[in-house]
Amino acid sequence: MRRFLSFRDFDWVLLGLVLLLSVISVAEIYSATLHTKFVGFHKTQIIWLMAGLVGMFGLSVVNYHRLIDYVHYAYGVSILALLAVMVAGTKVLGARRWIKLPGGIHFQPSEWVKLILIVAVARYFTNLTGRDLTWGDIFKGFALVGLPMLMVLKQPDLGTALTYIPILLCGLFLGGIRWKQAAILGLAGAIAVGGAWYSGKVLKPYQKARLTSFVNPDNDPKGSGYQIRQSLIAVGSGGIWGKGATKGTQTQGDFLPIPYTDFIFAAFCEEHGFVGAVAVLLIYFFILMRLIQNAQTAADLSGTFLVMGVVAVLIFQIAVNVGMVVGLMPVTGIPLPLMSYGGSSVLFTFLALGMVMNVRMNRFVN
Amino acid sequence: MVYLDNLNRDEKLPLMKLAVAQYVIVALLLVLVSGLWRLQVLGAQNYRALAEQNRVRKVPILAPRGRLFDREGRVLVDNYPSVSCFLVREQGRDMTADLPLIARGLHMEVEQLESILRRYRTAPIYQPLPLKQDLSPDEQAFIEAHLNELPELETIDEQRRLYPRDNFAAHLIGYVGEVSEDMLNDSKYAYYMPGDVVGKSGVEETYDQILRGRDGSRDVVVDSHGREVGRLGKEPAVGGQNLKLTIDNDIQRAAELALGDRNGAIIALDPRTGEVLAMVSHPSFDPNAFAIRIHRGEWNKLITDPDHPLMNKAIQAQLAPGSTFKIIMATAGLEEGIAQTLHVNCTGGASFYGRYFKCWIPHGGHGSTAITKAIYQSCDVFFYTLAERLGIGKISKWAHLLGLGQKTGIDLPGEVAGVMPSEEWKLKNYHEKWYAGETISVGIGQGAVAATPVQLARAIGGIASGGVLKRPHILMLGEVPNEYRPALLENFAGSGDQIVPLDPVNWEIITDAMSQVPNPEGTAPSAHLEGIDFAGKTGSAQVVSNAAKSRLGGGKALRDNAWFVGVTPRRNPEIVVSTLMEGGEHGKLAGRVAAMVIEAYVNKQRKQENNLLEAKQPPAPVEVGAVWSETPSVAGVTTPLGGGHFFLPPGSGQSPLPGKSAASVAMRLP
Repeated sequence: MRRFLSFRDFDWVLLGLVLLLSVISVAEIYSATLHTKFVGFHKTQIIWLMAGLVGMFGLSVVNYHRLIDYVHYAYGVSILALLAVMVAGTKVLGARRWIKLPGGIHFQPSEWVKLILIVAVARYFTNLTGRDLTWGDIFKGFALVGLPMLMVLKQPDLGTALTYIPILLCGLFLGGIRWKQAAILGLAGAIAVGGAWYSGKVLKPYQKARLTSFVNPDNDPKGSGYQIRQSLIAVGSGGIWGKGATKGTQTQGDFLPIPYTDFIFAAFCEEHGFVGAVAVLLIYFFILMRLIQNAQTAADLSGTFLVMGVVAVLIFQIAVNVGMVVGLMPVTGIPLPLMSYGGSSVLFTFLALGMVMNVRMNRFVN
Repeated sequence: MVYLDNLNRDEKLPLMKLAVAQYVIVALLLVLVSGLWRLQVLGAQNYRALAEQNRVRKVPILAPRGRLFDREGRVLVDNYPSVSCFLVREQGRDMTADLPLIARGLHMEVEQLESILRRYRTAPIYQPLPLKQDLSPDEQAFIEAHLNELPELETIDEQRRLYPRDNFAAHLIGYVGEVSEDMLNDSKYAYYMPGDVVGKSGVEETYDQILRGRDGSRDVVVDSHGREVGRLGKEPAVGGQNLKLTIDNDIQRAAELALGDRNGAIIALDPRTGEVLAMVSHPSFDPNAFAIRIHRGEWNKLITDPDHPLMNKAIQAQLAPGSTFKIIMATAGLEEGIAQTLHVNCTGGASFYGRYFKCWIPHGGHGSTAITKAIYQSCDVFFYTLAERLGIGKISKWAHLLGLGQKTGIDLPGEVAGVMPSEEWKLKNYHEKWYAGETISVGIGQGAVAATPVQLARAIGGIASGGVLKRPHILMLGEVPNEYRPALLENFAGSGDQIVPLDPVNWEIITDAMSQVPNPEGTAPSAHLEGIDFAGKTGSAQVVSNAAKSRLGGGKALRDNAWFVGVTPRRNPEIVVSTLMEGGEHGKLAGRVAAMVIEAYVNKQRKQENNLLEAKQPPAPVEVGAVWSETPSVAGVTTPLGGGHFFLPPGSGQSPLPGKSAASVAMRLP
């Protein structure tokens, strides 16, 4: 049933919104790195964006059913890559997250696993529709996501590992989990989290400190408490209108930690105020609504699952990152999609959008 | 519900679920917006202040302290440029790891640094902590070389105190030191900040507020590493006011030399004004040792030394005045009309109230003695008798009028009041009745009487001035800004300026008798100054007062203290010198010391007059080896030594209050 694909069906509105955010991101990266040794990162970001756009267009012409058909290979490769990281990964700041590839490229498999999990979860739950989920179905789903997640957790990379959870939850939700099951799972999850917390095996002490210090930053003024404190000062001191681009004292004075990646939203809030921050959140809102619309118009359930997987990851990252910046969430090291500097994050987002584009372009295919 | 196959779309279930997803997203975004609202709209002001606190650091600019000059404008205390090191603490940064390196570079102990951190742990975080003062060049180089590793170190240029060498005038100048924690906690000193250098003794303490000036500050923009990235405003420091003291360096030097290594004190005043010309207390200390933080061992040595080097004995030693008190007795006796007609036959002692009181010449005694001889021979029996006749009430009244038992109000910290006993005093302090026998001892300046050198200088200088007593002071009149005057008078309350009406006849009797003291028939012939109208009174006090004894710590061998209070000229003197020599045995030794100061003063005056005369006419050629006294006489001046008022023929005295009877001026000066 091969049909003609037209770029007229491409979601130009979505692309426009995404590019608008990308421009804001590049500007803020420029501002945040202006007086640091990272000056010029905005240019690198532009290169990543270009690459992302190419990847997006490339993937948008690949039928998503094809992706779904071959995802088990990709999944297998992902597990192997994560194994490779565990064995031969480059150790940076005590965590093995990268594999050094020939040519000096650092490859971080955990970001790609996210994309593959979206496809895998879509395939798994699409095949289960038509009947209520059994406990067996649910546990298989858990295993599907849980295996790579534990491996990433082991690196340790708590932030990326956590982003796998919304993919699974989204699949379960759309796949037809029943209230009773959800309640039981919720309870079990709470117990598991509690157990993991107190067992001391899963989380390292610094991770725990990071997770708790947002409640009271002054308890840990040297570590992540300091980061949160500086972030709150940055955001709060921005006021309604902000201090102006490149004028944020917290950002420019290097008080705000990593203001071009994880805390880029704090830097943005400081320099552009409440008005700017709400504008950015509005853009996110439109992007997400547009994505949900695409999920809704998808030609089949697998398309819906795919798009909603992307939505789940995006809203999770936005909520956790912005939540962290404004002191509502712990410091987890999750970048803000389409804003934070970084090749892996940019490529993931754009490739995910490429899949969404393909789902949309295929919406009349039946 | 039936699903046909995977590709068959059933839109209803997903649609509903997608709507749920939309609501979840909206809810999450609203939570985030509310978080932003809380910070950026509600908390903006607070966070803006925190951001400013983050980035702006106040770097103090220290005001140079005012310099001190002697009465002729010669520098007594100067400043020299120096560099201090401060530690800038920062929110969220732990310094402990850097301490060993800092300690090594600044030649300090890690424990020292830790104790500084501990001491100031409650101080606001933005306040820099003083680490070390007066850095050596290599310590400065160390900080310079570690700007990046140790951004918390900050150097500040400042002006440090440079005091005269050889402990010169140490007690009257005092010293400065870092403000103590006690002072910081005292609301009276709210304007002091940690690390401030403040006056802690002497003139430095009294006039600290005038001398210290006002520190300025520079607002610098720093990044999170404390590196200076920009500058904002600057508030310049206002230097402290220079002060001119009444001290005369020459007289001060003469007094230091005269006292030499002996323990005791000298104070020289101009009784006409109360200006202190010289003030020495021995043993002494080096104020320069305090300018940088004093070494603990050195400090302990100073405070445990039984000779009390930190004590300014000129105003803090309250001891029995001994026979110097007889001048006060004579004044009382004459003014009460008793002494004029009193004649005793001194046989080396006499009995009063059933107890035998010895004269200081126990064998033979002074024979027939009236007031004049009683003064220059210091006859105890005469004054025992006079005391008996006067009674403690009148003695006490006159002694109080002349300022005993009260502070003089000299503008130096720590002056003590001494003791002038009376019936009420005894009742109040001992809850006992006064025994008439005690009055006899008081008559010769023993018993409970205790006086300080400055009190005696003021009292006897005042008597020699015909009853005009001045507040001794160390700062030139007019140097004190008007707004400080009330506080100064309040903080240094004392007898101050006072007129005690004296009959000119009595005045002459006393001063003439005093002029006999440094003569062969007097008690201090060795203090004789040829060609100078020198008058005075010796004193050899047998015991220290009980109060002083306990304060001094009894263990010391309590030899007699020697006193001498001398003036020149004998009436309306220009200078009064009060000398105390602890364990000096006899007043004539103190007399010799006082004479040296007087001589230095007179010589200086004559030299100046001579120079003035020389300036009026072409200078005569001076041969090598010639001395000034050999210059030929000048018209109008009989000798080069000249017609000086120091040669005062007896009986030429004028009342200082011409045309008025003494009684009519019995009022306090305003």
